Amino acid sequence: MSVNDQVLNYPIPSALPLDPPAEWAELRGGCPVAHVKLPSGDPARLITRYEDVKQVLADPRFTRALSAPDAARLTADGGGVFNSELAQIIPDSGEEHLRWRRLVGKWFTAKRMTTMRPAMAQIAEDLIDEMVKGGAPGDLRAALGFPLPVYVICDMLGVPAEDREKFSYWSDTLLNLTRYGKEEIEAAQAAFFEYMSGHIAAKRAEPGEDLLSELIAAGGPEDGGLTDLQIIVTGMALLVAGHETTANMIGKMVSMLLADRARWEQLLAEPALIRTTVEETLRLDANSGFGLPRYLPVEAEIGGETLAKGTTVICSMAAANRDESAFDDASAMDLTRSPNAHLAFGSGAHSCLGQSLARTELSVVLEVLLRKLPTLELAVPAAELERVEGLAVGGLRTVPVRW
Amino acid sequence: MKVIVDEDKCCGAGQCVLLAPEVFDQREDDGIVMLLNAEPGPDQYDLVRESAAVCPGAAIEVSEEA
Ligand code: HEM
Ligand code: SF4
Repeated sequence: MSVNDQVLNYPIPSALPLDPPAEWAELRGGCPVAHVKLPSGDPARLITRYEDVKQVLADPRFTRALSAPDAARLTADGGGVFNSELAQIIPDSGEEHLRWRRLVGKWFTAKRMTTMRPAMAQIAEDLIDEMVKGGAPGDLRAALGFPLPVYVICDMLGVPAEDREKFSYWSDTLLNLTRYGKEEIEAAQAAFFEYMSGHIAAKRAEPGEDLLSELIAAGGPEDGGLTDLQIIVTGMALLVAGHETTANMIGKMVSMLLADRARWEQLLAEPALIRTTVEETLRLDANSGFGLPRYLPVEAEIGGETLAKGTTVICSMAAANRDESAFDDASAMDLTRSPNAHLAFGSGAHSCLGQSLARTELSVVLEVLLRKLPTLELAVPAAELERVEGLAVGGLRTVPVRW
Repeated sequence: MKVIVDEDKCCGAGQCVLLAPEVFDQREDDGIVMLLNAEPGPDQYDLVRESAAVCPGAAIEVSEEA
């Protein structure tokens, strides 16, 4: 039996931590709109070709909220970030979404990121010094990958980095699709909500120079600003989005580069390749997570097939990023690849708002690591790295390194 | 080379500014693209073409005739 005539369980497991499952290529080739069964048992359609994924993500008719009664549930008890009520407070589409995006987006411009660069490099230096002090082997994920993005986003939001253990737990419960039960997730969300409400109230009383203080200062909806509830949820969303995704990507990026040390050598010889290297690791990240679900409130044609109104589709950006019809020699890692229009940050109106921040963090980490620890290597064979299971955002449990 | 940007399609992701800061900028108040130079010199061609290729909003159009 081939992938064409069976219902695959989704997510599709992979034999090796850094490599894609063999099914992706087969699906792209022969079954670009596959039938899959989600962890909840609900059916959905899986999209794996570059053109199709790009088209679906950018189509304003489709929603990311899976709140319609006939939308698929991702997990059995309906938990997880995509089904959450909170996710619906930030406007999902149209003018309102655009307005939200522009209010928040001005904090994430490329220029602003460039001015934050020296501060990020300093944080990276300090964290690496700390890791080296602890002696080899170190865990690059715990020592550098996780703390750096948290420090940066906490600083932007004006929330204390000391509370990062709490944020980690809260965002893990929001992003983990399988590990926690409904009650635990709800309790965590309530605690997180309460924390952020308190924080916003304090900022209102005593404004700072941070993003949340400025969102408050912009006034309510009647002045073109956001409601209190929207500000609270925006704070929560940015903390979660700015944390887990980049943190995991730092560990995966470094692992992918060290898995074949010729890549590291190439970068040491030519640090100017850092920018294109960051893009190439984002493109080839085979463990990027669940993919993005979209609900079709209307009948639509995707990949040559007509899908009924009420269908839930899952876009696999990671599969699309290896599509031979969009990238030459798509499965090869080419540190000089350019242009590299990968879909790791999505596409269209919802494409990642924090992508300049993420890119800047990734390139700063790489630059400082190459400079300070040129002898860096994996302390275990790449095949023995272990994936974190069940997260909407993929990652590695630990990234053991020597130098 | 002539460059045109469509502000309505721009999602403010800043890719173009990271790549070609001499040609593109983002407005301070909402992060939307601003064209600094609609007819950039040849040293910018590659960067501008790359910006157009990777712009997540497909908001950058390049016409190549002189
Ligand atoms: C490597 C790191 C990251 C990856 C791979 C990533 C990926 C993504 C993707 C694929 C989307 C599209 C969601 C959709 O279409 O439904 C998205 C949206 C978003 N991301 Fe990121 N992201 C990263 C880092 C960040 C950071 C650092 C922030 C900033 C705090 C951030 C904030 C956001 C926000 C606010 C959205 C929603 C935008 C909207 O709906 O208009 N992300 N991200
Ligand atoms: S890359 Fe495209 S979407 Fe992003 S700021 Fe530039 S024009 Fe706008």
